[in-house]
Amino acid sequence: MHEVAIMTEAVQMAVETARASGAKRVSALRLRIGQLSGTVPEALQFAWDVVRSGTMAENARLEIESVAPICWCATCQAEFECQDFLNECPRCHNWSGDLRHGRELDIVSVEVN
Amino acid sequence: MCKECGCELGGGEVKLGGHSHAHGHEHHHHGDHAHGHIPGPVPGPLTLNLSRSLMEKNNRLAERNRGFFRAKRLLVLNVVSSPGSGKTTFIRETAVQLAGKLRLGVIVGDLATDNDAAQLRTAGIPVIQITTGTVCHLDADMVAKAAAQLELDKLDVLVIENVGNLVCPADYDLGEDLRVVLLSTTEGEDKPFKYPPMFHSANVAIVTKSDLAVAAGFNREQALSNLSRVSHHAEVFELSAKTGAGMTGWLDYLAVQRAAVTNQ
Repeated sequence: MHEVAIMTEAVQMAVETARASGAKRVSALRLRIGQLSGTVPEALQFAWDVVRSGTMAENARLEIESVAPICWCATCQAEFECQDFLNECPRCHNWSGDLRHGRELDIVSVEVN
Repeated sequence: MCKECGCELGGGEVKLGGHSHAHGHEHHHHGDHAHGHIPGPVPGPLTLNLSRSLMEKNNRLAERNRGFFRAKRLLVLNVVSSPGSGKTTFIRETAVQLAGKLRLGVIVGDLATDNDAAQLRTAGIPVIQITTGTVCHLDADMVAKAAAQLELDKLDVLVIENVGNLVCPADYDLGEDLRVVLLSTTEGEDKPFKYPPMFHSANVAIVTKSDLAVAAGFNREQALSNLSRVSHHAEVFELSAKTGAGMTGWLDYLAVQRAAVTNQ
């Protein structure tokens, strides 16, 4: 549900960046969204279609890079791929909730012209 | 300087490649090749790297709130749960039972109505209602504006009752000291698995409506096991705000937390 608020912020940041660089429009917006961020890519896409209209980003394309969750094992001092917030290390079988990736809600770049 | 070849793009008469012309348009020469005077290409798209969090603005405002609340020596709780888990009753009973020891004020968020605020006000608790309209969560800015309407100097604990929703409020830091998630015995034991971001982010997990556990067929062991998996770092309390069972442990914990804030 809060995808609209998140996307509104993304469009605002893109438009401010474009304006500051003297560009006339935003042609692309690139986001990095973690799979455990609590946002749904389809809902972000839906929100995007709504919030960009009437802005400098009206005709821009949206690229969403999905980030798989990665957990840190303190025992092995190494990362491992995971699915959840609390995970068993495949090497030492200790549990870890130290997520290093997967919660991202980032704006990576904007393309302007 | 031109980004293509490094030449200075200036106005006026310049001499290039054996002939001269006025710089009325973006055009410059790289050698002795033949060409016609056509306008230069339209500048192509330019990629600007940002690498910033979309939550940056909210997080900045939340940090400002946190600093402000700290200066006021307030312990601030962000109480989250699904609708109907008993947030308002839990907060009301916490305030009533702390009366004479700690002074508690409340900010309540709802999409519509001020029913929750009215219920708390009736119990003599200072309360400000935020009606969010269609917004499914509170954010740091809304909290800052609402807090300005409370007499914070007369409070020890500020409780923010978030919008009943286990999804969206998880991403919004409000500047609280503790995030308190409620799981009522009537909701089912698997809520932590269904809404992991919220349960994972909580500092305190409270199983409410313990008086209804038997009637609801609540599997206590399963619920606590699920909580320990997703909210593994959280303090867990089991209580009934209605009967008062289990409230003492929670209130003692709150007093310790408030003392910790005062001593910082």
